[in-house]
Amino acid sequence: MTPLLQVNGITKRYGARVGCADVSFDLWPGEVMGIVGESGSGKSTLLNCLAGHLDPDAGEVLFDTRAEGPKDTVTMAEPERRMLSRTDWAFVHQNPRDGLRMGVSAGGNVGERLMAVGARNYGEIRGNALDWLGRVEIAGDRVDDRPSAFSGGMQQRLQIARNLVTGPRLVFMDEPTGGLDVSVQARLLDLLRGLVRELGLSAIIVTHDLAVVRLLADRLMVMKSGHVVEQGLTDQVLDDPQHGYTQLLVSSVLQV
Amino acid sequence: MSAGRRQERQAGDGGEPSMTEQAYNFAYLDEQTKRMIRRALLKALAIPGYQVPFASREMPMPYGWGTGGVQVSAAVLTPEDRMKVIDQGADDTTNAVSIRKFFERTAGVATTERTPEATVIQTRHRIPEAPLTENQILVYQVPIPEPLRFLEPRETETRKMHALEEYGLMHVKLYEDIARHGHIATAYAYPVKVEGRYVMDPSPIPKFDNPKIAGCPAIQLYGAGREQRIYAVPPWTAAESLDFEDHPFEASKADHPCALCGAEDSYLDEVIIDDTGGRMFVCSDTDYCRARREAGHTGAMGAPYETEAQA
Repeated sequence: MTPLLQVNGITKRYGARVGCADVSFDLWPGEVMGIVGESGSGKSTLLNCLAGHLDPDAGEVLFDTRAEGPKDTVTMAEPERRMLSRTDWAFVHQNPRDGLRMGVSAGGNVGERLMAVGARNYGEIRGNALDWLGRVEIAGDRVDDRPSAFSGGMQQRLQIARNLVTGPRLVFMDEPTGGLDVSVQARLLDLLRGLVRELGLSAIIVTHDLAVVRLLADRLMVMKSGHVVEQGLTDQVLDDPQHGYTQLLVSSVLQV
Repeated sequence: MSAGRRQERQAGDGGEPSMTEQAYNFAYLDEQTKRMIRRALLKALAIPGYQVPFASREMPMPYGWGTGGVQVSAAVLTPEDRMKVIDQGADDTTNAVSIRKFFERTAGVATTERTPEATVIQTRHRIPEAPLTENQILVYQVPIPEPLRFLEPRETETRKMHALEEYGLMHVKLYEDIARHGHIATAYAYPVKVEGRYVMDPSPIPKFDNPKIAGCPAIQLYGAGREQRIYAVPPWTAAESLDFEDHPFEASKADHPCALCGAEDSYLDEVIIDDTGGRMFVCSDTDYCRARREAGHTGAMGAPYETEAQA
């Protein structure tokens, strides 16, 4: 079996400052990888490099494409990378406004990726959109409402539906639960866990919320100042942290 | 050079060259500007539907009055041309009259209202009903050349989308139409895919005119002055209106015959004729309507052509 994603020595600098340095890992099909760390530790930089939003200064990201096997997405031609990002990849932004078209109805938002890959039958697109709204627990009669009429939690669920509709194999999530209140967070996590397991998705989740990785991630990577300081199975890292920073992080969580 | 030729022609009148004659180059624009526009036109014709940037000039009329179309017309006009200008199909509206006058003055070209006699037709928002020929050039005035403008605000991004042929977003607009209205409600500026490659905004012509773009024997040139873009559809080029399999494109018009000439196949304007709800539908192409009435066709509310002419 080949890993879905092989990351080798990804480095991104902002001038003299380090965004992330020499990060390497493999992601296997069906695996969920969590990346945790404090603000400014390079989590988002790393994620954006992996998803092709930023151009890393060094390193390679090999994605196991359907047609040609592992291919470096950093040096890949832009049309091909953009094609990947609307078929096999999905990107869930922290702020749903970044990932949604606010002037377009919920159905249009979900249908956009389908139309982008060539769907030209209105009835089928709409049927698909309704199906996906149902899966993320949005009532079917909201299909023609704009996202601006939705609550924060609904917008985030809509963003997830919009991303998963083309059946991607790899989902990048940047703080998917940030900015939501705890009860909505819990429901969203429940939903995400269900979808990830049901669809057999691989995912990379960036978060500073240890509860999120505890629930979703199989494996965990802890970052500090752009470097990976510890990685391993989630439970292992969280229950028996070895690195000083990880110990600090775990002990900082408020026990209610 | 062309100015010299024109002086020869005017010499027949016996008088000194007029003030306009001395003040302007032929067709207002200087030769270097025309050369620049012609280069853009050639590029546009070579890549059908692609928006070519050009250094649009200030024209002696406001943006929105057809400065793009005027510059393109000025670049393609020759002293032998016969020009027709229409605005929403009509030869006698302000925009058409002032642009026609502009070229009568600055180029001294002959003008006409009859579509078959014209060699250059500048149009705002319509394609003439009478079939065009290989000897004609149709120049469109374009307000917004970018079909993706209101869907994707970033121009850098829309250019990339054109380059990579990512036109899914165009269908999102049509999807929204159907979701909201039950059918594709876009009635003008209906996007077309030219020769299977570039999606193009055909300027705000009614979608009734869209089928006329495809396979047209005349050269179709589009000029957007404020936006500084020129694009073109060469003769005999495919132009397919975007649609869905289960909601196919339909060239719609008001379901009436023309009240003056009785035409059932022309695009109609609705005219309110009193304040008690009375209305009539007349051909928006005034020349087409006149030609039909001349040929003896009379609609429900039209008087026979001869009597009207005498009155």
